[in-house]
Amino acid sequence: MTPLPVPTTGPSQEPRSFRHPGPPTGSADASSGTVRRAPVIQGTVIADRVYRLTLVFFALCIPALLLLIFVVVGSAGWPALHHFGFSFLTSSAWDPVNGLFGAAPAIVGTVLTSVIALVVATPLALGGAIFLSEFSPSWLRQPLSFLVDLLAAVPSVVYGVWGMFFFLPLLRTSVMPFLRDTLHLGATPFFSGPIYGPSVLAAGLILAIMVLPYIAAVSREVLVAVPRSQREAALALGATRWETIAGAVIPYARTGIIGGVILGLGRALGETMAVTMLIGNRHELSASLLAPGYTMASLIANEFTEATTDLHKATLMAVGFVLFVMTLVVNAIARLLVRRVSEVRV
Amino acid sequence: MTDLAELRNEARPPTAVSSSGPVMAVQTMGLNAYFGDTHAVRDVTLDIPPNEVTAIIGPSGCGKSTLLRCLNRMHETVPRARVEGSVLLHEQDIYADDVDPITLRRHVGMVFQRPTPFPTMSIRDNVAAGLCVQPERALSRRQVDEVVERALCEAALWDEVKDRLRTSATGISGGQQQRLCIARALATSPHVLLLDEPTASLDPMSTQKIEELVYELRRTMTVVIVTHNMQQAARVSDRTVFMLSGEMVEAAPTRDMFTTPGDPRTEAYITGRFG
Amino acid sequence: MSVALSSTGRQGGSTKRLMRRRIASVVMVSLTCVAAAIAVVPLIAILGYLLRKGAASLSLSFFTHMPAPVGEPGGGMANAIIGTLVLIGIAATVGLPVGIGAGLYLAEQRGSRLANLVRYLADVLNGLPSIVMGIFAWEFLVRPFGHFSALAGGAAIGAMMIPLVTRTTEEMVCTVPQSLREAALALGYPRWRTSLQIVLRTALGGIVTGVLVAVARVAGETAPLLFTAFGNQFWSLKLTQPIAALPLQIYVYANSAYDDWHAQAWAGATVLIGLVLVISVIARLVTRARFGGGHD
Repeated sequence: MTPLPVPTTGPSQEPRSFRHPGPPTGSADASSGTVRRAPVIQGTVIADRVYRLTLVFFALCIPALLLLIFVVVGSAGWPALHHFGFSFLTSSAWDPVNGLFGAAPAIVGTVLTSVIALVVATPLALGGAIFLSEFSPSWLRQPLSFLVDLLAAVPSVVYGVWGMFFFLPLLRTSVMPFLRDTLHLGATPFFSGPIYGPSVLAAGLILAIMVLPYIAAVSREVLVAVPRSQREAALALGATRWETIAGAVIPYARTGIIGGVILGLGRALGETMAVTMLIGNRHELSASLLAPGYTMASLIANEFTEATTDLHKATLMAVGFVLFVMTLVVNAIARLLVRRVSEVRV
Repeated sequence: MTDLAELRNEARPPTAVSSSGPVMAVQTMGLNAYFGDTHAVRDVTLDIPPNEVTAIIGPSGCGKSTLLRCLNRMHETVPRARVEGSVLLHEQDIYADDVDPITLRRHVGMVFQRPTPFPTMSIRDNVAAGLCVQPERALSRRQVDEVVERALCEAALWDEVKDRLRTSATGISGGQQQRLCIARALATSPHVLLLDEPTASLDPMSTQKIEELVYELRRTMTVVIVTHNMQQAARVSDRTVFMLSGEMVEAAPTRDMFTTPGDPRTEAYITGRFG
Repeated sequence: MSVALSSTGRQGGSTKRLMRRRIASVVMVSLTCVAAAIAVVPLIAILGYLLRKGAASLSLSFFTHMPAPVGEPGGGMANAIIGTLVLIGIAATVGLPVGIGAGLYLAEQRGSRLANLVRYLADVLNGLPSIVMGIFAWEFLVRPFGHFSALAGGAAIGAMMIPLVTRTTEEMVCTVPQSLREAALALGYPRWRTSLQIVLRTALGGIVTGVLVAVARVAGETAPLLFTAFGNQFWSLKLTQPIAALPLQIYVYANSAYDDWHAQAWAGATVLIGLVLVISVIARLVTRARFGGGHD
């Protein structure tokens, strides 16, 4: 007869016992089968505990990593922050030989490029998201959102290569002259001066292309999450399709959309490669968007390996720390806004 | 082919009588179960005799599933769930500190309302799943195959799936999936089998098959079945427990319960006057 | 656009005001359509340009040859391609255990305070500028050892993978029905086996897809490698030495003054975007197969 997985029956009163090969516990009814103190049982409990602790450990790695970055980058940049004090943020000096550094041009450049990016990208992204969630024929919805996702997945350096060899010449030969001369925007300080090509404007525009898919994806998500009842209520009141969107859907999704835009801002602030390749890398505060400039990220990317003195390195670390804190705050706000919306949905 | 069921009966001595009467398969004493602040089961004291089918009936939300899930400590897997009181399995308190719920569950099988085959496993592996986690039983491949075959036979599924044991368990019908889940629970030869509305999502033919199966199973084990279907309780069970708003109203032999209910609320329920 | 016209309000009333509102509606709806079209233009421009320029420079020798010295035509980026694979390997070793472990934790402890905090911080970490990760890795993994290394580069992009992998794992594990978990527990599975053998295995298809997407993302990362892996013109597989990487090489070549190198940069960019494209399409197909048909 083949062995069967039926527990052997002991002399106890019970039909089938829980008995394990372990020694009896020594209690009064030790002779009858018990569930108690089999070593195998204990092992299982320990395995579960170990497993749980392992998962907790991995989960804690994430806050730990953030904290570590904060401490490491912060302490590496501390000498420069300490040395220059508050003027580090306001000075536009950049003299590695004499050890004079100020991050103002890079900070201004970062903010400027990001603002250009958002101003250009937000209407397009929002329009695209509205089209995708409200008006797009269903056969177009899938491929279109796939393309948008793909746009988000293109590596930054590829944007940079494309920007250098295709986008910059295009800007230099047609877009920039058009803005400056044809539209006579050259009369304002913002579009005056010679056209180089690499410039704050070029970096801002490439950033616009890069953050557009992020804003569009988040906006689409929150628009889709708006309950049908909101739309139907507006339509039932006699609103046109656009009035429904503008009057009922967008207000409902507003928080999430703002979150998405801020998320895009976070991306734009920290974007490195494409910007480094297009901004021209010059340490100057200039009102003209046609002039070359610097962002914090491109400043680090460009000078870090060339920084020979400790103060120069520490300065770049300090710039990185400022950038880190800025994006941390921006992302923290954006995630709070986006999360609140998705919680409402759930 | 050796009949597993018969073999088990042979291996089992006649039910002994201890000083306090016959040994109950399961006893609950002052059992209370909570979900956070919701008091789902209120002070239930109940004896479930061995080798019988006990049906728990009652309107939905009366706590019958929760009561069932207290019997193999599945209730505590839900966040914020709590149990008070005691549950004895063959006179051993399953809520004692030194009892490991995982080992307990290997001896108290459970089948749920909806079929839950493991989608990544074949039919065979599904049935063998419970065997594989029992550390004290290292079975050879052949032995596992034999247990799988017997369990599938017991669950009246063998003939339908014997040619496709290696195929995915999600490829068979809902009724077959549910019998597969019963086979999976039987493969570890549990002492007690808990069925939580096992036919609620099935068609009449599959339901009938499972009812016949339940009727057969009591020869080898104790069965507790939760159902909202009174006809089903009447057909398959030896004893019936009626619950209402978390309280146990009445527990009696099924025949008595449906002919001469002892409590006016039971009578109202089984004659369809509420719920 | 016909879609827009077909169902603008049908309430009677032929007043001029209604007409104006309808026209405004049509105009705005068309504008969103235009916005969507403009949004897609850059992608098509990039893909088209890459295909034209990149395909011309791309040849078998690009994959099999070492970089040629300036002035000599031909050559390839074999060392950079292998280097990127090595870096991805290191990144996966660092990022996958942490990412999958943390994702499992988030899925199983849904709603707990720590889980909410970790999920939030994972999202914040996801937005960390890659250049910051670069200087962090330099200060933490390069400076103490005195030299650039493949390990430091791999660890830097591995850290960037963590939030991506964490969130996909969590998402995919959450699609596994609770009933399956209960079935395993009721069968006497310990929690760890339930989690790994039943839940994780059921969600594996989706997780693998998510991991692929994360790999595609970090494979193109350049900024974290600038001061860690650093790049290498020569063949090197030593983990403690500087190593070449495709995105780094593209960056250096694109910034150079030589047309031959520009062509190589194009070819490299085409390979990178090809990788992203293939993985995205696979991910799309897998997700569709997963949620489109089959059991619920």
